Amino acid sequence: MSKLFSKDNQKVFLEPLNINNPILIQVLGICSALAVTAKLEPAIVMGLSVTVIMAFSNVIISLIRKTIPNRIRIIIQLVVVAALVTIVSMILKAFAYDVSVQLSVYVGLIITNCILMGRLEAFAMTNGPWESLLDGVGNGLGYAWILVVVGGVRELLGSGTLLNIRLIPQSFYDAGYMNNGMMTMPAMAMILLGCVIWVHRSFIKE
Amino acid sequence: MEHAFSLFVRSIFVDNMIFASFLGMCSYLAVSKNVKTSLGLGVAVTFVLLVTVPVNYLLQKYILAPGGVFGDIDLTYLSFILFIAVIAGIVQLVEMVVERFSPSLYNALGIFLPLIAVNCAIMGASLFMQQRIEMDPNTSTQAIGGMLDAFAYALGSGIGWLMAIVALAAIREKMAYTNVPKPLQGLGITFITVGLMAMAFMCFSGLSL
Repeated sequence: MSKLFSKDNQKVFLEPLNINNPILIQVLGICSALAVTAKLEPAIVMGLSVTVIMAFSNVIISLIRKTIPNRIRIIIQLVVVAALVTIVSMILKAFAYDVSVQLSVYVGLIITNCILMGRLEAFAMTNGPWESLLDGVGNGLGYAWILVVVGGVRELLGSGTLLNIRLIPQSFYDAGYMNNGMMTMPAMAMILLGCVIWVHRSFIKE
Repeated sequence: MEHAFSLFVRSIFVDNMIFASFLGMCSYLAVSKNVKTSLGLGVAVTFVLLVTVPVNYLLQKYILAPGGVFGDIDLTYLSFILFIAVIAGIVQLVEMVVERFSPSLYNALGIFLPLIAVNCAIMGASLFMQQRIEMDPNTSTQAIGGMLDAFAYALGSGIGWLMAIVALAAIREKMAYTNVPKPLQGLGITFITVGLMAMAFMCFSGLSL
């Protein structure tokens, strides 16, 4: 048993944030990353929900990994994730109703988020609970920061606000500045994410 | 009948799975390297959609929603678990049937068949269907009022997905010969291409039937 914060465990936690990012490098979980980022607030909520679900499902699967029959493991993983997603979706409806309406079906779609299945298959099935927790939180946060970057840029340029607080002063609009309506369209999410990947890859040499 | 047809056309062009709601993006990006395999995956997705959406429609209408078999009890909070179980089960079933009756198609689809269970497009279509049941068919063009509408929606979404993946695969085959900046190669340029395709599809959004 290695120490709780050993070098290996630090690597498990830090790698997904940058050099092994689930979105930028492994290209998993793109669907929700694009659809919820028109505003910053839903992007943050979505990122947090995925982090929480990821951490819990990784720990649960890792605890029962020795008892899962190999042939039906996908269905068991799906059921664990679906139960957690149902809980999160009900919590969102109770405490953050506006955001849960904005997120609409994309909360439910966390079930089929490839990051979850990918990490459960690749990590939680073969590692202990503590490592799995770190891996889950790391991957969740790696996913969340991309959402926050894309959501922030889209909200700032598309509506001139951040978290619904107006940042671009009225005098700018009087001088002829206009919000870029294109930014609120789904198409720009793809192009922005493409640019984020471009910048990331030019800093990280493969 | 008329409503079902309009639903069918709208779900291909206006509410396209890929370009309007980004569903099924993971396999869309991973498998679109050549036209032949992407066509196979597109057909498989369409087929699974065509089975799962009507089945989930019946489940939602007669078991989960109040007024069904269980009287006034609202069981919709179980929908995530039930839908994903139905999808995983049907994908398994489809796999076995295809293997038994058409081994050539089974070999052509290969690994994609089991992977469809975790394709967001399938789950997404069922969840959208759940939302659309509650709409009024007389006022909303998106409402799903009966079995026929559910079939039309499933078929339209599937064909829309198929069209999108074949189009992207064709573009990527041509793009292999172009000189893309090094850090943008592969994933980056694919994202930007899909973004431009989505912009082109936005011109359908004014379409009314």
